[in-house]
Formats: sequence, C-alpha cells, structure tokens
Amino acid sequence: MKEINAKEITERLGALIKNALIDVEPATQKLISDAAKKESSYMCKWALEQISENNSVASATRSYACQDCGQAVIFAEVGQDLHIKGNLTQAINDGVALGYADARKSVADPLTRLNTKTNTPAVIHYDVTDGDKLTVTYLAKGAGSENMSKLFMLTPSKGENGIIDCVVQTVTDAGANPCPPIIIGVGIGGTMEKCAILSKKALTRETGKASGNPLCAELEKKIYERVNATGIGAQGFGGDITALAVAVESAPTHIGMLPVAVNIQCHSVRHFSTVFIAK
Amino acid sequence: MKNNVKKINLPLSEEEIKSLRAGDVVELSGEVYTARDAAHKRFCDALARGEKLPIEVKNAAIYYCGPTPAVNSEVIGSCGPTTSARMDDYTPAMLKAGLKIMIGKGKRSETVNAAVKEYGAVYLVAIGGAGALIKNKVVSNVPVAYEDLGCEAVHKLTFKDLQLLVACDSNGINVLK
Repeated sequence: MKEINAKEITERLGALIKNALIDVEPATQKLISDAAKKESSYMCKWALEQISENNSVASATRSYACQDCGQAVIFAEVGQDLHIKGNLTQAINDGVALGYADARKSVADPLTRLNTKTNTPAVIHYDVTDGDKLTVTYLAKGAGSENMSKLFMLTPSKGENGIIDCVVQTVTDAGANPCPPIIIGVGIGGTMEKCAILSKKALTRETGKASGNPLCAELEKKIYERVNATGIGAQGFGGDITALAVAVESAPTHIGMLPVAVNIQCHSVRHFSTVFIAK
Repeated sequence: MKNNVKKINLPLSEEEIKSLRAGDVVELSGEVYTARDAAHKRFCDALARGEKLPIEVKNAAIYYCGPTPAVNSEVIGSCGPTTSARMDDYTPAMLKAGLKIMIGKGKRSETVNAAVKEYGAVYLVAIGGAGALIKNKVVSNVPVAYEDLGCEAVHKLTFKDLQLLVACDSNGINVLK
C-alpha cells in the first residue's frame, strides 16, 4: 500500500499556513481593489483603500494581514487506497501548531477560557475518497465574522425566497461587525450539521468563483444583488459594496426540511488547498 | 479626500472632542491603552469594588485590540481592532470613570451611544482586518497590566498618524449601519 509520512504533512502544512496568514488570497485582493474603484461613498472608499494597502503592507513586510489569525478549519479528503505513516489527526494539528508558532493563539476551552497556547485543536472534517491522494484544505476563521453566522431550520414551503431572506437578515443583523466587505457561504439542505459544514466548505472556494451547479450559481447571483442593496457597505459605513462574493453549496435533505446555514467570512480571506501524493 | 483628514493629538481637550463629527476621518497620534474582553472584566470588577485601576482612566483612550506577538526587534505584531460590541456591557462604567476615547470596530449598543453623549466622549473606528497597516503606525509599546492575559494584556501604545473614522460623536450621532 502506498504511504504518506505524517511528518511530511506536518511540515508542509506549517509552512503553508504561516504564509496564508500573511498573504490574503489574490482573487479577494482583486475584488477589494475593484470595489474601491466602484464605491460611491467616500467613507467606504477610504475603508476599501485602507484594506488594499493593508494587504500590500502585510505581504511586503511579512506581517500577519489580521491580528485575528483565527481558528484553523481543515477539510481533509483521504484516499482509501493510501496509508498514513503516523497519526493523521496528530499530523494535521502539529502542522497547525507549527504554522501558528509566531501567530496569535486564539483557541481556548469554552468554559474555563484557558488558552491552549498552540492554536490547536483544529476543527477537522474528514471525507473518504477514491484513490491514493490526500487533499488538505485550510481556512483561517476569525471570531468577528464567525460570531455573526446563523442557522435556520426552514420549512420546505419557504423555498428560494425564504433562503434569500435568511441570508439578507443575517447580513443585516451583522452590520458592521463581521468586517465587511464580506464573503457569504451558504449551505442548503442536508441536516442541521450538514448544512453548517456546507456553508463553511463554500468559503474554501476561490472567492468570486461561481458554483458548478447552475441552480446554486443562479442563487448566488440573486443573493449577491439583494445583499449589496442593503447599503451596509465596507466596515458598515453605509455604501454600495457589502459582499464581495456569495458561495452556495447544497445537498439533498429530508422531504420535511429546508435547513439553511449562513457562514460569514471577513475580507481577510486566508485559505489554501494542498495535495499529498502517496509513494 | 486626504485634504479632509483632521490631525488629532492625544490627550484631547473637551473642546477638541466636541469638534469631532461622526463621519470625519482623523489621523491620530498619542498614547492609548489596549484592552479587550478579559481586561474589561477586570477593570469593571475593580471599579465595582471601589479599587483604583492599573491605568489612569481619566481622559484616557482605550483601543480594543489583542495583537499578534512581536517577533525579533518588532515594536508590536499585527494589531487591528476587535469587535467593540463585546465591550458594550462594560462601557458605561468605564465612561463614568473618565474614559473619553474608544477605538474599535463595529456598531455599539444604544446604551453605549447614549453614554458617549452623556459623558462627552467619542467612539472611533479603525479598519477591521488592517492589522499590518496599523502595526506600522505604532511607535512604542509598553506592557502596563494583567500580563498573565497574554494577547489580552493591557499595553500602552503610542500611535503616530493612525487614520480612523469618527463613528459616534459626542452628540450621540452614529454613522454605523
């Protein structure tokens, strides 16, 4: 059986995470600078220009783009024909700890609030796939935007309009808090936890890239229009651009359910995917 | 746009605070204390017990921030603002104790906006997620209290030319959505 060494996973993740926390995703940076050109409110335009400048300064000086380096969320797709030499979960967590060695450690026990001091454990979602590859996708999730996320257990009769209303309500309630301009991940279907995971997975997509599912892609456009009509604007200063992009993911659900999860991502988009080939 | 930026040097007089209008972009220089959730809890517990705070709160400025650690010879790590709303429950007591300037991000409660007006204070916002840019505006960083809180410890920072927006002015006018 082909193998991947746990040590290789740890070392590569550590290096990639460190850089991901410094260099905001290029697709997002482009959307921010385009937004700064289009924005009609002087306050929001100022905010968007400051954000663009921040991202350039972060890369040039190798500084963290945002001091909230987030909790690490990992999606791991594990090929069923491979063997990991060592413990995979441990290898991922060690990679996260390595990547955050110089970064802010923001993970604490929920009750005692004692910091774990390593930014671990990561939140890891596993999928088993065909073949002998391991794909690891990382997303840094800060508290400001995560706290503004919501779950709705709709009834099927609410339909598409009900889904759009949920997203608009979530974004309106959040206002300035999640550091707009935001990216909105929407999970539709499955069960309570499944739609929440889908909404998170939607945020790992390259920002602005439409869904491959035509129905989801259509919904993304409709939500984008509605959300940007709210007038919240960058940093909640009141303007034209509240969301840079919307990403929708769906999964089959029960005949009696329509779960919708809205996961908000701030403009500091820090994620990557990397593939390990078994040898 | 740049022409409209108003320069302010801390501490501000009562008149200077009154002259700031919601929506103004200001360029701030001077000393501020960092404090977020855990430090505010300790401040307010101490105030409730009638104890003296480890900072001079009268006429002070507080920046809601928990920086990344400084590496090598850096003054500070990335240090953007955190969500101010989490400090809302503590804010009226802090304003009553003499706090005049708050710097953070995001909207405040109606209670806080009313207290800002009552105490003739001002709420400024920094750009959320601009940690690297703001880091470059910090010229000194001295630990002051609660060092056991790690990134939540209270530090005295000196800013030079940090651009901020007046979100809620001393008349209680608020621009945030």
